[in-house]
Amino acid sequence: MRSDSSPGRRPTSGIPGESGSSRTQDRETDWLPSASRSALQARADLHARLRRFFLDAGVLEVETPILSRSAVTDPALASLSTGVSIAGFGSERPLYLQTSPEFHMKRLLAAGSGPIYQICKVFRDEERGRRHHPEFSLLEWYRPGWDYRRLMEEVAALVRAALDRPRMPVEHIRYRDLFREGLGLDPWRADIGELRAAARVAGIADADGLDLDRDGWLDLLLSHSLEPRLGRDGMSFLQDYPPSQAALARVRPDEPPVAERFELYIQGIELANGFGELIDADEQRARFLADLATRRAQGRPEPPLDARFLAALEAGMPECAGVALGLDRLLMIATGAEHIDAVLSFPIERA
Amino acid sequence: MAYYGTNEFKGGLKIMLDGDPYNIVENEFVKPGKGQAFNRVRVRNLKTGRVVEKTFKSGDTVEAADVHDTDMQYLYNDGEEWHFMDPASYEQMIAGAAAVGEAAKWIKEQDMCKMTLWNGAPLSIEPPNFVVLAITETDPGLKGDTSGGGGKPATLETGAVVRVPLFVQSGELIKVDTRTGEYVSRAKEA
Repeated sequence: MRSDSSPGRRPTSGIPGESGSSRTQDRETDWLPSASRSALQARADLHARLRRFFLDAGVLEVETPILSRSAVTDPALASLSTGVSIAGFGSERPLYLQTSPEFHMKRLLAAGSGPIYQICKVFRDEERGRRHHPEFSLLEWYRPGWDYRRLMEEVAALVRAALDRPRMPVEHIRYRDLFREGLGLDPWRADIGELRAAARVAGIADADGLDLDRDGWLDLLLSHSLEPRLGRDGMSFLQDYPPSQAALARVRPDEPPVAERFELYIQGIELANGFGELIDADEQRARFLADLATRRAQGRPEPPLDARFLAALEAGMPECAGVALGLDRLLMIATGAEHIDAVLSFPIERA
Repeated sequence: MAYYGTNEFKGGLKIMLDGDPYNIVENEFVKPGKGQAFNRVRVRNLKTGRVVEKTFKSGDTVEAADVHDTDMQYLYNDGEEWHFMDPASYEQMIAGAAAVGEAAKWIKEQDMCKMTLWNGAPLSIEPPNFVVLAITETDPGLKGDTSGGGGKPATLETGAVVRVPLFVQSGELIKVDTRTGEYVSRAKEA
């Protein structure tokens, strides 16, 4: 496992001694939680509300393995791995910690589970910052027979219930419109030169010095220039992504084609990612192989493909929509925390 | 040559950018859930003190700056340069006005300072947080004023000018906070 050595800014909590920053004080106080008692309470209350919401909605709570013989192929995600001392699992057969419970949950759907949800820990290497922690809590759920528009309505209802803001406003913005209105460019057509120029105009430091592919430039512009204006007054659903950023969403053959993917933003914070799910096994396998080719070109590890997930798709998964929502960030919004550590009992540096 | 990856970035890390040594003031990790990660950092140029923002693609590497701090005793100024000594090795080092900068306003002979070295040469000097200096010139204050509420300018033996309470007089020793440039108290001895 790689260790991340950047502790980021220390949160300020109500804990005595927490504001101290000298080494001596750290030694004396780093046994303490970084979350206040009220933040612990907020998490417990949130879990109770979520379980009540899904109980009322008739969605089944499930639990799936954290460890898997296969791992996500997405080049933007880095998996952690470990191993077990059990026959058949030598050091040559590592086990990967899930970056999301998606593949296991889709196997349950293909087996006929009906609507399901899960609250679980997921793990992503190389991610640490004010809004990132390598181990974090995800709420993921799936709605067989629903499309992604109907699921967005349910996400909005769930967030209103979770934050106890029954009239929290909701807006929907297409990815293409956000770029057109915010930067005056078409993210489907702009070339790298235009994207670089837009980054320069937007005042992104060193925009000229960065070496990025087309989606990298779109990610830069979205995360640095456009996200801060999303969810200022409530919930913003950003939807209908370029097909190159479909991830596991199906692509709708419009003109131009769009990926049935959405993200939820509140106060500029990316909170959830959802899809009209891709259920075509051949297309899924092709995307996995394309991911692995990208990883190979970047010199990143190429984890084993999830053959059982592909077998489930081949057997037949119902049309459905699914979404994953980051609970630590939802708690940051609920409690007004500026740093993720303020909602974690113990951040990795104190674990 | 040593290099740092962006995942090693944190406040205080010394890196080379465009040929100059920089200190990372703040590092923010920015990453879409599915997409390219970036490190948005604020860095201070250790030669000029200027703070600028930089954007890195996560996973990039940057050259480490050979910068470290050492405690040095200030010996004397020869009219052009400032002479310091390592109290452990008695090795002497000479720093120019660019490196001494604002510290020249506060330090006097024998003071212990923090010297920052870049590739073995003095880059900057940090004076002690508190110094005791004599007042060489200040207007006589109103007699009987002991509150310090009003204040008046006073010139110190190093040439620095600070505001002092009205009751403090020429020839007296005062303690000054060099980080704020503010009077702290009267002092008995250096």
